[in-house]
Amino acid sequence: MVDLSVNCAGIKSPNPFWLASAPPSNSAYQNCKAFEKGWGGTVWKTIGEPVMNVFNRYGGLDYNGQKIFGLNNIELISDRPIETNFREIAETKKLWPDRAVVVSLMVESKRETWHEIVKRTIDTGCDGIELNYGCPHGMSERGMGAAVGQVPEYCKMITEWVTEISTIPVLVKLTPNVSNIQLPARAAKAAGANGITLINTINSIIGVNLDTFELKPNVGGKGGHGGYAGPAVKPIALHLLSQVAIDPEVNLPISGIGGISNWRDALEFILLGSSNVQVCTAVMHHGFRIVEDMIDGMTNWMNEKGITSLDQIRGKSLPRIDNFGNFDLLNRTIARIDQQKCIHCNLCYVACEDTAHQCIDLTEENGSSKTEVREKDCVGCALCSLVCPVENCISMVRIDDGSASKTWNQLNEEFRKSGKQMTWEELAKFQHKHGIEIH
Amino acid sequence: MKNIAPKLQADQYERNFSDLHPPFTQNAATTEALRCLYCYDSPCMKACPTHIDISTFIKKISTGNLLGSAKTIYQSNWVPLTCAKACPVDVLCEGACVYNVKGEDPIQIGRLQRFVIENYFEKGMPTIFDKLPNNGKSVGIVGSGPAGLACGAELALLGYVVTIYEANKIPGGLNTWGIAPYKMRREDSLKEVELVKSFGVDIKTEVMIGKTVKVDDLLKQHDAVFLGVGLGESPQLSIQGEELSGVIGALDFIEKVKTENWKDVNVGKKVAVIGAGNTSIDAATEAKRLGAEQVYIIYRRSDVEMSAYEFEYQLAKKDGIVFHFLTSPKQIIGKDSVEGIECVKMKLEEPDIRGRRKPIPISGSEFTINVDMVIKAIGQETKSNFLSSIPNVTLDEEGCVIVDQTSYQTTNPKIFAGGDCINGGKEVVNAAYDGKRAAQGIHAFLSDQSKGEK
Ligand SMILES: Cc1cc2nc3c(=O)[nH]c(=O)nc-3n(C[C@H](O)[C@H](O)[C@H](O)COP(=O)(O)OP(=O)(O)OC[C@H]3O[C@@H](n4cnc5c(N)ncnc54)[C@H](O)[C@@H]3O)c2cc1C
Ligand SMILES: Cc1cc2nc3c(=O)[nH]c(=O)nc-3n(C[C@H](O)[C@H](O)[C@H](O)COP(=O)(O)O)c2cc1C
Ligand code: SF4
Ligand code: SF4
Repeated sequence: MVDLSVNCAGIKSPNPFWLASAPPSNSAYQNCKAFEKGWGGTVWKTIGEPVMNVFNRYGGLDYNGQKIFGLNNIELISDRPIETNFREIAETKKLWPDRAVVVSLMVESKRETWHEIVKRTIDTGCDGIELNYGCPHGMSERGMGAAVGQVPEYCKMITEWVTEISTIPVLVKLTPNVSNIQLPARAAKAAGANGITLINTINSIIGVNLDTFELKPNVGGKGGHGGYAGPAVKPIALHLLSQVAIDPEVNLPISGIGGISNWRDALEFILLGSSNVQVCTAVMHHGFRIVEDMIDGMTNWMNEKGITSLDQIRGKSLPRIDNFGNFDLLNRTIARIDQQKCIHCNLCYVACEDTAHQCIDLTEENGSSKTEVREKDCVGCALCSLVCPVENCISMVRIDDGSASKTWNQLNEEFRKSGKQMTWEELAKFQHKHGIEIH
Repeated sequence: MKNIAPKLQADQYERNFSDLHPPFTQNAATTEALRCLYCYDSPCMKACPTHIDISTFIKKISTGNLLGSAKTIYQSNWVPLTCAKACPVDVLCEGACVYNVKGEDPIQIGRLQRFVIENYFEKGMPTIFDKLPNNGKSVGIVGSGPAGLACGAELALLGYVVTIYEANKIPGGLNTWGIAPYKMRREDSLKEVELVKSFGVDIKTEVMIGKTVKVDDLLKQHDAVFLGVGLGESPQLSIQGEELSGVIGALDFIEKVKTENWKDVNVGKKVAVIGAGNTSIDAATEAKRLGAEQVYIIYRRSDVEMSAYEFEYQLAKKDGIVFHFLTSPKQIIGKDSVEGIECVKMKLEEPDIRGRRKPIPISGSEFTINVDMVIKAIGQETKSNFLSSIPNVTLDEEGCVIVDQTSYQTTNPKIFAGGDCINGGKEVVNAAYDGKRAAQGIHAFLSDQSKGEK
């Protein structure tokens, strides 16, 4: 029997799918409806200081006919009165004792203000607190959100104000708009946070209208940076997740977010160390109902693989993350074209010829074009296999016998020991010895 | 038959009867699935007579959850492979797709469904259905067409002991014996039969209820009975020459074609098909694809009144079938075998109060078409002889079994019915829906009964 239940920093839920703190988790009506559809938890839309939104607040990036490949927003935190939110949080938790109800908070940088809101939040009976240090627009100008997340010292100070009085788990939600995500994560750890949430949205401008020169989204002729989310940000989120997950100085449970649309995306986050996942844009695109396939697809996948609990796979891909200096320089692959499958679009040819290493020959055969890799010149960069529109037509084949292996670090060490300088000539000798020619 | 059309090469037959809509590759299926808008409360789902949750099953293709996708489909329909290949999707789900409103091509729902279900069979039909424990009650089902199969599958999973009685040697009803081979082959239908059997349904073939087993005995043996007997042959034309060699009923002819022993099915060099319904089109295109040189469809009304679907009509025209509209057969000419058919031109009267325009012959307009074969395809008769022999079951004036619209119960409380025998001949998908709904009706009836006993 597959068990999807998770425990993130002491916050338990029957499945790993939580609503991220955002419009879908704005009210009791919405969160309860989401739970009915099967969501395992929610992070309530951030509550705190009085705010007022502008009307038009989203911009969508469509890509090749797909709507909302990316979503930009200039929405603020909850614009509903805080009393209403507290009341509804308490009601929701009472109705759904088995689901995780986490409340996202953001107030001005005053110790008393934080103490006050934390106490009132705990009184709702919720399962945990998430500190929103991520909001990149509107709130940051007022010294909150990303303005905190970008300065590790603030991050530590405010987190301490919360952890010193909180009796429930505290997650710190990080902004991706920093050059080293490990620093704010370590600050959160040092301040006694129980877990990390990442990522919040990425600074972005969606586009410019070529007729009016207005920005998108356009608020009465004006625009500015907003927060970017949705499928387009997933690779960035996965990277930042992995950076925090492998940092021994952090070593905290992580709630992963960023472009998760389905169960496959969710599994990738879990394989890179997420305890659970949160979703916003995909829900905004299709509604709460998407969780049914997330649960069903993940369950079927686990059944097929003989996995009974997510604990068995959490972080399983992390040990593979390494530095370039430790990659094998002699792990030699080349492209091979399956002539039976080729449809003669010649995209591989033009990609290699114009932008890679000019090692695909384009010839004529029986009245149609033929592309063939000159294997001795192929550097195995894989570009052709990426542009090829036919599944499994170009495969990257390993051609060395695996006996020789040398990383850049090892090579440098060897050179150092034998008193050799790393010069182009010495490097060429090494390459030549292993049958590698770079033109 | 006087002039038998010369036989074709084996590979030519295969080409003629190959898939009208070839399967999707994985990549094409994913791309098409991603094009689906995943509408909420989608119109395609409403247009499907079995109400398959189409946008959900398509969404699951795009996430790579093919097993979940199959389950979504089966939750509404027990013969989804047949439906994927044989449903008139243009007038059902695909016709309702919102892309039509946008002026773009609708999502190819039928082909996507085929992709999912073929994958399910390729994977060896992994268990995705929960079966309730045996509840000790038994249901007898007459007929193994889509109605009978759907009813049987549903009841077996609800814990009933189900026996299907089938007069034919090979089960599946018209899914096996009727659907044009370029839409679907017999083995596809038999796969769906196997799935139903895997739920524990016992199919007894070559058992004709009313002959091999008496109706009374059937009723004694089971707690409830479902009738899914379909329809019969095309009615007599009642014209001279009907007994000549070379005259054949459409169902008989199609059944021969469906053996898929193409070479053994004789067709005339010139063939006339009487009638212009979907079955007529099938018979005509199949005769043509078996090598007939010329095939005519003879119909007494015009193309406007013809019951064949537009895409069937287009298919027939593409196959080079010649249509004689406003033409009625008067007699079949020939000594021992068919040599020709004498027809008379018709005209349509002004519409009557029901809007029907009655065709009347134009005197003196008689003409003869030389043909070697005549296929009768003017509809299907109901099995009213058999049905009226069943105690307390009532038929309407057309010979269809009268049932309650929700429970599918006949006027004999123990007997339920669905499919062509209640609607006078619709589609596979309607029969599949009826069978499933009737199973729920039977379940409610027998559950009430056992409550009463307690
Ligand atoms: C030539 C032709 C082509 C068609 N093409 C299509 C198509 O492309 N798409 C589509 O959707 N629909 C098509 N249809 C319609 C479709 O096949 C029927 O609507 C559907 O099969 C009806 O299902 P059923 O279960 O009610 O009856 P059937 O499929 O007719 O099954 C009835 C079964 O009951 C058995 N039976 C009858 N009497 C007894 C008895 N006394 N004892 C035991 N067994 C008995 C019969 O042998 C038969 O197997 C076609 C029909 C025909 C005739
Ligand atoms: C319209 C919108 C409003 C958001 N509001 C909040 C918020 O109030 N608090 C917060 O912590 N994150 C907020 N977020 C960020 C999301 O919680 C999430 O971190 C981000 O959208 C990335 O996830 P996704 O790719 O699944 O959308 C918001 C995102 C969007 C799109
Ligand atoms: S989604 Fe709803 S609230 Fe938003 S603009 Fe459209 S109608 Fe208005
Ligand atoms: S890109 Fe692929 S399909 Fe196109 S020519 Fe190259 S190998 Fe053939």
